[in-house]
Amino acid sequence: MMFGWEFPPHITGGLGTACFGLTKGLAKHGVEVLFVVPKAYGDESQEAVRLLNASDVTIDIDKEENRTYWERVQYMEIGSNIIPYVGPEQFEKLNEESFLQSESDRSPVFSQHYEFSGKYGSNLMEEVARYALVGSALATQHDFDVIHAHDWLTYPAGVAAKESTGKPLIVHMHATEFDRSGENVNTQVYAMERHGMEMADRVITVSNLTRRTVIEKYGIDPRKVFTVHNAVEPVDKSDITLPEKGVTEKVVTFLGRITYQKGPEYFVEAARKILNKDQNIRFVMAGTGDLLNKTVQRVAQLRIGHRFHFTGFLKGEDVDKMFAMSDVFVMPSISEPFGIVPLEAMRSNVPVVISKQSGVAEVLKHALKVDFWDVDGLADAIYGLCHYDALSDIFIKHGKEEVDSLKWEHAAKLVKNVYESIFL
Amino acid sequence: MRSICFYFQVHQPFRLRTYRFFDIGKNQYYFDEYYNRTIMRRIAEKSYLPMNELLMELIEEYGAQFRISLSFSGIAIEQMEVYAPEVLDSFKKLIATGQVEVLGETYAHSLSALKDMTEFKKQISSHIEKIQKTFGVSPVTFRNTELIYSDEIGAQVADMGFSLMLTEGAKHVLGWKSPNYMYANAINPKLKVLLRNFRLSDDISLRFSQQNWSEWPLTTEKFVGWLNEINPKEEVVNIFMDYETFGEYQWAGSGIFDFMKVLPAAILSKTDLKFATPGQLVHTLQPVSAIHVPYPISWTDEERDLTAWMGNNMQNEALERLYDLTSKVQHIHDEELLRDWNYLQASDHFYFMSTKWFSDGGLHAHFNHYPSPYEAYINYMNVLADFSIRVENQSAGFLERSEELLEKGIKLGKELGKSAIKGLEKTRKSVQDTLKKGEETVQPIFEDLLNMSNVKLKQLLRELETDDLVVALKEAGDELRNKVMPNLTVKTRKAVEEASSKIEKVTRQQVKKVRKTIDNKMHQLFG
Repeated sequence: MMFGWEFPPHITGGLGTACFGLTKGLAKHGVEVLFVVPKAYGDESQEAVRLLNASDVTIDIDKEENRTYWERVQYMEIGSNIIPYVGPEQFEKLNEESFLQSESDRSPVFSQHYEFSGKYGSNLMEEVARYALVGSALATQHDFDVIHAHDWLTYPAGVAAKESTGKPLIVHMHATEFDRSGENVNTQVYAMERHGMEMADRVITVSNLTRRTVIEKYGIDPRKVFTVHNAVEPVDKSDITLPEKGVTEKVVTFLGRITYQKGPEYFVEAARKILNKDQNIRFVMAGTGDLLNKTVQRVAQLRIGHRFHFTGFLKGEDVDKMFAMSDVFVMPSISEPFGIVPLEAMRSNVPVVISKQSGVAEVLKHALKVDFWDVDGLADAIYGLCHYDALSDIFIKHGKEEVDSLKWEHAAKLVKNVYESIFL
Repeated sequence: MRSICFYFQVHQPFRLRTYRFFDIGKNQYYFDEYYNRTIMRRIAEKSYLPMNELLMELIEEYGAQFRISLSFSGIAIEQMEVYAPEVLDSFKKLIATGQVEVLGETYAHSLSALKDMTEFKKQISSHIEKIQKTFGVSPVTFRNTELIYSDEIGAQVADMGFSLMLTEGAKHVLGWKSPNYMYANAINPKLKVLLRNFRLSDDISLRFSQQNWSEWPLTTEKFVGWLNEINPKEEVVNIFMDYETFGEYQWAGSGIFDFMKVLPAAILSKTDLKFATPGQLVHTLQPVSAIHVPYPISWTDEERDLTAWMGNNMQNEALERLYDLTSKVQHIHDEELLRDWNYLQASDHFYFMSTKWFSDGGLHAHFNHYPSPYEAYINYMNVLADFSIRVENQSAGFLERSEELLEKGIKLGKELGKSAIKGLEKTRKSVQDTLKKGEETVQPIFEDLLNMSNVKLKQLLRELETDDLVVALKEAGDELRNKVMPNLTVKTRKAVEEASSKIEKVTRQQVKKVRKTIDNKMHQLFG
């Protein structure tokens, strides 16, 4: 039984996509999945899973034990930045949504029947708690071998299901609170993550980097923490005609939220170093975030605005357009549990430079890797890919092959191994 | 005679549309036509048309007693031509009365005076042309964009032939002095300078409808009272402001039109001030002193300086990048490119990038379609990137053309050279041929000499004339020369050497003759 907060096509970020890929991979290895979502829309792909809708489950809130549970969670408030894998577009949307929702009433969550929003609104903590109750109820009604919970939102549900059935629990860390918030962690979220992992029989992390965080910052027993790297679904985009770039210069792209964790400042400093030497390169920063204005000012201060452009947040087709115009993709993240965007870039035949501090660096061979703080190294790598065609050709060719080989099927096999290790 | 001088500024920029990175190199349309039209129509209805009508009525009523001056940026006139031709017509009627002076400024309402003097002068010239074409008058008074002025700028304006310039009566420049006199430029005293009375000007343009102002509501009695408080020795009160003040900044409901309607009557009847235009004052008033403005001033914001357009890195970079193109634009004749060059110079683009939101945010936000100065910068730089590419391409075309010419010249020269070389070769060949023929026949004799014993050779040489020897040796090879020379007497050797250095060439005829002589002598001596 799997607990996940979202499932395609109703997703806000990469978490739902990752869950979907994993379940499809598991199906190929003969693992059946019951997938519990807060809200099912009815149009989800059920080729690999049986979807269970938490909104269909009624709860008797007059029961004594339920009531105390509610009281415990009632006063939790959510902080910002709690969602993993959110692209700039969703980030913007979420900000708007939370603004709109700030006026809405609380506590319909406490009624007997409740339709989950399944989003990340202001009553998220309440929804998480109700989802846990529903999860525990569903667990007793179905037959399965293991419980697998994705990210902290579903950990209470996973723990509750384990308590009500005694079946083993695996929690899957797609991101830690430290990745999302730096050192200013939301202590409630941290506590839920830690509790979930402590109660779990196995913890799966999306990279060794995350595994270390889990061990060092959450104090989890290393013997039960396993790394299973993410994969990507191959996408056929051959039918879309993408525009040629309008500029003659090479285009170097940063695409992601412009926040501290993504290291935008290192991208700017590297751009300056390169432009001092070679004016025939344009840099593009696609995305938005709390550091956007500061970044713009820095670019102007360095007087490189004529070769450094901002696009604002890009959605859907514009992202493909951006990749089609790019000659190099750069992800200088300070901390990235995995980092799926470089894989998307490679899939679009764009060579990538990534920071060693990203989980994806552990699996990619055909990517240039530098320390995020090593501006000279970053500049060197970008310059090389822009000028030495032999180099970029190799990265494009082998990168594409490499990314196509990162299949969920392989990742799922490893997950299955983790399941089986519990019963040995 | 004491005067009061009203001057109003008419300007609207062509605002940029949202221009994205994806458009660079592909899309050459930068301006938001819909938005520009909407704003121009709105201002026309709310401000220009009603105020023009009001001024016309005043002129009809007071005749020569009522005068004002107006300044139009070239790009504002362009906008009226397309979006509000009836407004332009009503301005033309006003100016045709002869009671309205039209001032000179930069065509594009640009900041070129701060960045590039060549471009500044070009801007002024094309503005004069536009004013002459549109209104049939020639400006004699100059006002720079946003009344920006410094000693240096004033001197340049004087060079352009203007005798009067307007600027701000900035407190930090004037000190204890009053703005209500005629001043002169500190570098070139021929340029007279009139200063804006910012207190009385702002009472109308900024504070008229401010209900928290202690003097609100402003009445003509009150205003005329302030005019009468001015020291009677002071000569002129300059009331300068944006024309959009009437009906746009100060909306009709505030009573601004009613105020302006009765103000002239109040001034004429209750003060000793007479309406005058700068063009009249330049003849009637003498400067009381030079005004020293080493650093540029303007009429904008509390600081009256340049920080509204050059106050942060974004503005400074955008301006630098724009004016970096000046030298290249000078070679360009493409009309569309030159039009965009003008539109992109408008000071408003840089004003939108201002981060001075706290002190004067209200006015900065007016007619500003950007959510933040950062967006304004990003968008402008994207447009500028595309514009730069076009300029580069065009000026590359210019260079290509000159390179083509150069190449043609080189080619022509080379061809000329080639035919010359061909001719030379021909000559050389024929000479060589001739010589070869000579060699073939002369050779045996020289070979004879070569095989002779030194004793015999000496004997022979003694019999030969120096001149003949010279000819023979000139045609002989090194081997022969080396054999002959040691066998000559010192005296003969010297004579031969001297003579042979004087002779450049020997003819076949001479060689033949010498050969014959040598032949004969050999025959005589050795049989």
